[in-house]
Amino acid sequence: MTNALQPNSNHEFEVQDIMINMGPQHPATHGVFRMVLAVDGEIVRDLIPHIGYMHRGAEKLSETMDFRQGIGFMDRTEYLAQFNAELAYVMAVEKLMDIEVPERAQWIRMILCELNRLSSHFMFTGAFGADAGVFGTSFIYAFRWREEILDLFEEITGDRLMYAYFRPGGLAWEVTDNFVERVHQVLALSRQGIKDVDGLVTNNEIFKARTQGVGVLTKEQAIDWGTTGPVLRASGVAMDVRRDEPYLFYDQVEFDIPVGQNGDVYDRWCLRIEEMRQSVRIVEQCLTKLQPGPIQPERMPRMLRTPPGEVYIRTEAPRGEFGIYMVSKGGNRPHRLKVRSSCFANLQSLRDMSIGQYVADAVLALGSMDIVLCEVDR
Amino acid sequence: MSTLFGLPVALDALIRVLIIVGVMTVVVMGLIYIERKVLARFQQRLGPTRTGPMGLLQSVADALKLVAKEDVRPTNADPWVFELAPFLVFVPTFLGFVVVPFALAWSVRDLDLGLFYILAVSSVNIIGWVMAGWASDNRYAMLGALRAVAQSISYELPLVMALIAVAMVADSLNISEIVRGQAVVPNIVWQPLPFLMFFICMLAEMNRPPFDIPVGESEVVGGPYVEYSGIRWSMFFLAEYASMFIMALLGAAVFLGGSAWPLGEQLGLPWQILLTVVKAGAIIFVVIWTRASFPRLRIDQLMSFSWKLLLPVSFAQIMVNGLILVYDLPYGMSHTLLAVCSAAGVLFVASAINRSVTRPRPRPVLISRSEAAR
Repeated sequence: MTNALQPNSNHEFEVQDIMINMGPQHPATHGVFRMVLAVDGEIVRDLIPHIGYMHRGAEKLSETMDFRQGIGFMDRTEYLAQFNAELAYVMAVEKLMDIEVPERAQWIRMILCELNRLSSHFMFTGAFGADAGVFGTSFIYAFRWREEILDLFEEITGDRLMYAYFRPGGLAWEVTDNFVERVHQVLALSRQGIKDVDGLVTNNEIFKARTQGVGVLTKEQAIDWGTTGPVLRASGVAMDVRRDEPYLFYDQVEFDIPVGQNGDVYDRWCLRIEEMRQSVRIVEQCLTKLQPGPIQPERMPRMLRTPPGEVYIRTEAPRGEFGIYMVSKGGNRPHRLKVRSSCFANLQSLRDMSIGQYVADAVLALGSMDIVLCEVDR
Repeated sequence: MSTLFGLPVALDALIRVLIIVGVMTVVVMGLIYIERKVLARFQQRLGPTRTGPMGLLQSVADALKLVAKEDVRPTNADPWVFELAPFLVFVPTFLGFVVVPFALAWSVRDLDLGLFYILAVSSVNIIGWVMAGWASDNRYAMLGALRAVAQSISYELPLVMALIAVAMVADSLNISEIVRGQAVVPNIVWQPLPFLMFFICMLAEMNRPPFDIPVGESEVVGGPYVEYSGIRWSMFFLAEYASMFIMALLGAAVFLGGSAWPLGEQLGLPWQILLTVVKAGAIIFVVIWTRASFPRLRIDQLMSFSWKLLLPVSFAQIMVNGLILVYDLPYGMSHTLLAVCSAAGVLFVASAINRSVTRPRPRPVLISRSEAAR
């Protein structure tokens, strides 16, 4: 009470941050993500992410499904990179059962996974352009070429979105006869698509002004938050599961891993564009090595039963490390299934990226992570 | 002052107002259709095709839909301010049509201070924006309104300065006089820099990309009009496109020679109107083109671009113009000087933009799989 009579000259105005609720129905949140921003004018002072709007209990439900039914859930977990998600699941089952996968099936899996990476990154370029404010043009440019890839997937699997094509041991059925020509065709179109998107956005002065030095994540922060994939590599860590722990035949093809130097939004963009080029390169090499042969092992049991055990499989999905931890106590279904979601870990770094930046930058930081909310919440 | 059919002045004014509002509403609908079609072509789409031949009735269908919609007002909104705001955006915008010359001596009123009038009137509508943002009781709307104010104040000044520079060269503030003075050479030749600044500031004034910060879809979801629906929202929309048309007409009249260049004053009235509209259409086309290809700027970059670059440069342009025009040089000499100085200004602005944005920075490095394998 001693100060009661002294005028508080330091605080002429009382300043209060306002809270802005962004999402779950906001055009920039890529699904049903919700973040609450504490804003001082245009500057973000604090950011509270809320997830869980998309929670469907996929992990728990998978415990009630046998190993073939569970594949479908993986499609729905990661709906932009379905093949990559399926791959982790079937690889986990294969490792538990100790199944040898025929070579042809492995190569086809690799081709499809890389094409899926391509289509997922196309989706990113479109959506991120829209975040940055290009009115629809980048979106349509990217979708035009993504559509070609999806057409190919549809020809092979019979579905545009939920493929359920990989099986423990190999593939569900043989690919179409003109598979190789079609993939070559799609690659040529994709190359054009990469050129289009790159030319439209990457060197745009305003785009550079908006993204360079924005949403910076230092090397240490990126590692501390457990980020993986392009977010981690943009911060300067050369970590790629395809190189560090090769699965499929990634040790037999030649490709480069782009690593950013600045850890900002612009680097994440450039990195993904470069990864798309590398994916095209990988698929080309796969096509030359593709030989006729079986796509399933000789003797597969009609009912898949695994011996008891537990296994963790890591794969490099477009958004980062996508892992499956599977515990089996024998029988035809997993006892426990845990999905190590790349987006979930990446999303944790959003707060560090956004604080002290402008509101518009928080939107870009979120967009640059390329989150799939289905994968975050599962 | 002559009135239509010798009617009393008040009645005459009323008729002219009705003609403006009626004709402009139709023009705006056409403009929306054109924008959708052109934008679609830029994006490798078709645009509207289903309503009427080639989708021509799309805007009519949209308008009908908007009129039929429920007019929602949020519970906590300030009723008076909320409902008045669209009018305060709509009316000043349409007032601008009073002086726009579609043809020589063919505007509603040929004011001596026409240029001054149009600038004064077009800056009033920002009050409507603030009212809309404040009264909506929505934080996005509030944020958008404050952004709109900051942007409007920043870009009003270089816009005015750019037009003053032209008025100095044209030696008049009467828009018809300015048009008449361009019968031989349009002002853009003498004053390229003010045209450039006019175009940039015009985009900012209309909240068009890359300056659509107050209404940015991915940030503030429509800004001040996030809570508006139905007919009130369509009034904002109408005002936005009407102001685009006015600004394009103004640009065509002041910089591109309006109806006078290149065919002179003897042209028939319909052809003059057509010429003006075609020139305005060219400007609108570039505006749509910009929308299709540019991302959005951030608010601080927008402000610093205006205050640190455009405004000083526009002052410099006015000073240079004054210096050249004060010494009664022969026409050819003084105007060549003007053109050279202004073109140098354009180069300066271009290089300044280039240097302020693109800084050399480390590129991502490529690590080969085999060379770095463990």
